Amino acid sequence: MKMQLLQICHARSGDKGDAANVGLIAREEKFYPLIKSKVTSAVVKRRFKGICEGKVERYELPNLWALNFLLHNTLGGGGTVSLKQDAQGKTLAAAMLRLEIDVPPSLLKKTAKQKNKKRVA
Amino acid sequence: MNGPVVLRRDMKSSIRIASGQGFWGDLPTAPIDQVRRANADSPVDYMMMDYLAEVTMSIMQKQKLKDPNAGYARDLVEVIDAILPDIVEKNIKVITNGGGVNPEACRDAIFAIARKRGIKIKVGVVLGDNILDSLDALLRAGHDLKNMESGEKLTDVRERVLSANVYFGAMPIVEALRQGAQIVITGRTTDTGLTLAPMIYEFGWKENDWNKLAAGTVAGHILECGAQSSGGNFAAGWKSVKDFANIGFPIAEAYDNGDFVITKHPATGGKVSRQTVAEQLLYEIGDPKEYITPDCVADFTSIRLRDLGKDRVLVHDIIGKAATPFYKVSMSYNDGFSASGTLTYTWPDAMEKAKLADKILRARLAKAGCSFDEFRTEFLGYNSCHGPLTPTKERDVQEVVVKFGVRGNDKKSIAEFGKHIAPLILTGPPSVTGFAGGRPKPSDVVAYWPALLKKTAVTPQVVVDEA
Repeated sequence: MKMQLLQICHARSGDKGDAANVGLIAREEKFYPLIKSKVTSAVVKRRFKGICEGKVERYELPNLWALNFLLHNTLGGGGTVSLKQDAQGKTLAAAMLRLEIDVPPSLLKKTAKQKNKKRVA
Repeated sequence: MNGPVVLRRDMKSSIRIASGQGFWGDLPTAPIDQVRRANADSPVDYMMMDYLAEVTMSIMQKQKLKDPNAGYARDLVEVIDAILPDIVEKNIKVITNGGGVNPEACRDAIFAIARKRGIKIKVGVVLGDNILDSLDALLRAGHDLKNMESGEKLTDVRERVLSANVYFGAMPIVEALRQGAQIVITGRTTDTGLTLAPMIYEFGWKENDWNKLAAGTVAGHILECGAQSSGGNFAAGWKSVKDFANIGFPIAEAYDNGDFVITKHPATGGKVSRQTVAEQLLYEIGDPKEYITPDCVADFTSIRLRDLGKDRVLVHDIIGKAATPFYKVSMSYNDGFSASGTLTYTWPDAMEKAKLADKILRARLAKAGCSFDEFRTEFLGYNSCHGPLTPTKERDVQEVVVKFGVRGNDKKSIAEFGKHIAPLILTGPPSVTGFAGGRPKPSDVVAYWPALLKKTAVTPQVVVDEA
């Protein structure tokens, strides 16, 4: 089923010169292989069309269940030169989380442990 | 600097380092809170405070030109004034890069406070990072200092350089601690070095113990943005963060094997979890396998997190490799002028009106013969941050702040721009308001110039005095 990344990930973004970095982190380990296969640099480049004017590089951090994206030529010159309201790209993480991907329903089933936790709470 | 590591008899197996400030302008009460709340159950041995962003040095350099006793973070002196009796009583050491371009003047201001309070204190300063006066000599000696991002030659902007500083790492701070400093004030030091230094000093880590240096560097990365690792700006679950008003800044509980726990004082607001720490680890990084500092190269892909519950997260198994032979240099230079102004348009047709205002403004400035390198119009409240990714339709916008910004080398054009915002209220589309604060005036654009310099070209100096 189609789903916003917001449902299965969290993210933080910031500036590296004129590039923005967007760290995308799976909320659970089981979602990491999914985002690794679905959220490619090409997908992210398309997602940020009109914002990212350069290439998109992707790095994998499996221990942290995370991907790091570097979006080049994105911040209007970066730092103090930029006229952009979001000169440091701090809100781009939110824009990333709005991206929709296909999530297999089987992945969304709660584990016994999670169900139990919910009942206790 | 490179002397042998002297093993001290009282060597500790764990220390706690508190984060007191994530940038110049961060929550002013945070460092005071970190120190006052410290007790036997939640001890603090060190507090690090980061004051320097990339272009902060240029602001400080300007202040120093006007007043030779200025050029450092004055807020820092206020903080020290507030916590001095506490840090002496509790034996908490303070490490900060708030010395800016004038660490000695900062130290003297702290000495003046200490004398007034009748307190004896040893303060160390780290000098030698400021290479502004030796730029030409460095260039003549064959260091090209080219822009490491664009590849441009420094000679292109040499005449406009405002500040030039080398990023030192942890080692000069370690030296100041060895000489007994309770407060260490540096100029341009890496944010991570402020946290790594006490670990090297207390645990007797060697200068080539890369895994441990990398671990301390990762701890530094987690502490350097203050509460951003303890619930601030937390995307995964900001609604679950309790008591933002009393947010606790992070504390690293470091062990001599390189493992550390991120936590915060009890009974403070905020949250420390696997997710708050993970978000900060992903903040402003490039290639995670190559997190380069003057002290080592840390591999962020090796980091393992374990949520221990109760606002405690264990960070372990970090791997690092040898430092590079270079220091990073941060320079700033004048790069023209900019100005910006805003107006607010409301329903009906808020966006249509704002767009028309933009068209009128551009036509009038063209008629006035103005030229700009960049003219940017953004619609705050509609799509200024996410631009074309915004799904909302323009006609559904109830009110919008239109922000005009210009940048260029022709100061006259920038000044003329400032005169044409307010007139739009009486000479353009209706239901407009929100013009306040007078005409936007041209301000200097200070651009950033990152470069590399061989470590052998500069030598840090450490001076520790008592007053």
